Amino acid sequence: MENTILFFKYLAVMAGVTYLVRMLPFVLFKKKIENTFVQSFLYYIPYAVLGAMTFPAIFYSTGNTITALAGCVTALVLAWFEKSLLTVALCASVAVFAADCVIRFVA
Amino acid sequence: MHFQLQKAFVIRKAGILCKSLYLRLKIRFQFSLLDTYRIYDILRGMESKNVTLHSYKEGLKDGVPIGLGYLSVSFAFGIFATGSGLKIWQALLISMTNLTSAGQLAGVPIIVQSLPFVEIALTQLIINLRYSLMSISLSQKADSTITRLDRFLISFFMTDEIFAVSSAKEGMVGRRYMYGLAVMPYIGWSLGTLLGAAAGNILPEPVTNALGIAIYGMFIAIIIPAAKKSRSVLGVVIVSCAMSVLFRFVPVLNKVSGGFVIIICAVAASALFAWLKPVKTTNSGASAGDGAQSGQNKVGAKPAAGANRSAGSEE
Repeated sequence: MENTILFFKYLAVMAGVTYLVRMLPFVLFKKKIENTFVQSFLYYIPYAVLGAMTFPAIFYSTGNTITALAGCVTALVLAWFEKSLLTVALCASVAVFAADCVIRFVA
Repeated sequence: MHFQLQKAFVIRKAGILCKSLYLRLKIRFQFSLLDTYRIYDILRGMESKNVTLHSYKEGLKDGVPIGLGYLSVSFAFGIFATGSGLKIWQALLISMTNLTSAGQLAGVPIIVQSLPFVEIALTQLIINLRYSLMSISLSQKADSTITRLDRFLISFFMTDEIFAVSSAKEGMVGRRYMYGLAVMPYIGWSLGTLLGAAAGNILPEPVTNALGIAIYGMFIAIIIPAAKKSRSVLGVVIVSCAMSVLFRFVPVLNKVSGGFVIIICAVAASALFAWLKPVKTTNSGASAGDGAQSGQNKVGAKPAAGANRSAGSEE
């Protein structure tokens, strides 16, 4: 984008809105919430967000559904045995890479 | 004679000075700055009956997989941004000030086409609204070491992954852990954007493809252990995933934008289980899982401060 001043205006709006959305609730909610429903809701939210973000998006993350499936299964198995985040993430990537190599070799 | 006495006096005095300096240094090294902070944090935590044992170093370590995942995602964003007509420094600045994948991806076309400011503001608001939920959720898990000023800073780094990792921690989380956790993701996100924008096609395709799954692998590593411990969490995840799949494939529903889908699925699944399987906790995280696991949801029962403390210090 050539117009630098206009770019900075857009950047300010974009970053400003994004920051306010994050900051306001975190700064304003200092009190402990006592309501059981709200508490339970907030307890479940992270897992629900992660679930919705992972499936089905994970199957489109590598450009090939079969290699993604290999990575996904690897991740599920390692996560079941409670390996660390880094181990699971890297092994899933390695599995995808390996599956990709196999497919290239066979095809 | 007089002169020699004076000399001896000076030497003695210098010796005393050196010794005291040495002692001071020794003390300084024994209790290095880091330890002092740690002890201070633990004491402050104890004061409020919430012992925080998650350190800066632990946060830094937990941030590594997030940073690696971001490196590949932001790499793709960098390629996309310069491909759309932004300059390298513009792509980098967007990443450094926004730190949000979906929002940035939606924002770039609006900037390039110079659409009205209202449009970019609304788009960011809708796509990033989920951060509000996360902020409220994490505000319940922040211990007393996190001051108001810290909240202004930490909230800048509230991404899906940082939120997920910190809220999966047992007990409360403190400021040092949160700052540690933010470092690697921020570096990864900025560096990835710069690399992607500057030299999009340096990495071979199989490598970028393989890195694409890293972030989801990390999500799975967070979800599965929690779902193993608690049937309710498992239920929430299954419902949320099933809804997300529906939104992808059912004809009318698949028109809904990605940011909205996550909000709808997460809110619906969490509300359903908050209604069916309420969990009462004062120390969100640790005891909630236990309550759901044993099938006895702690409705209305407030654990004593002592029990609360031991739950926090177990891990």
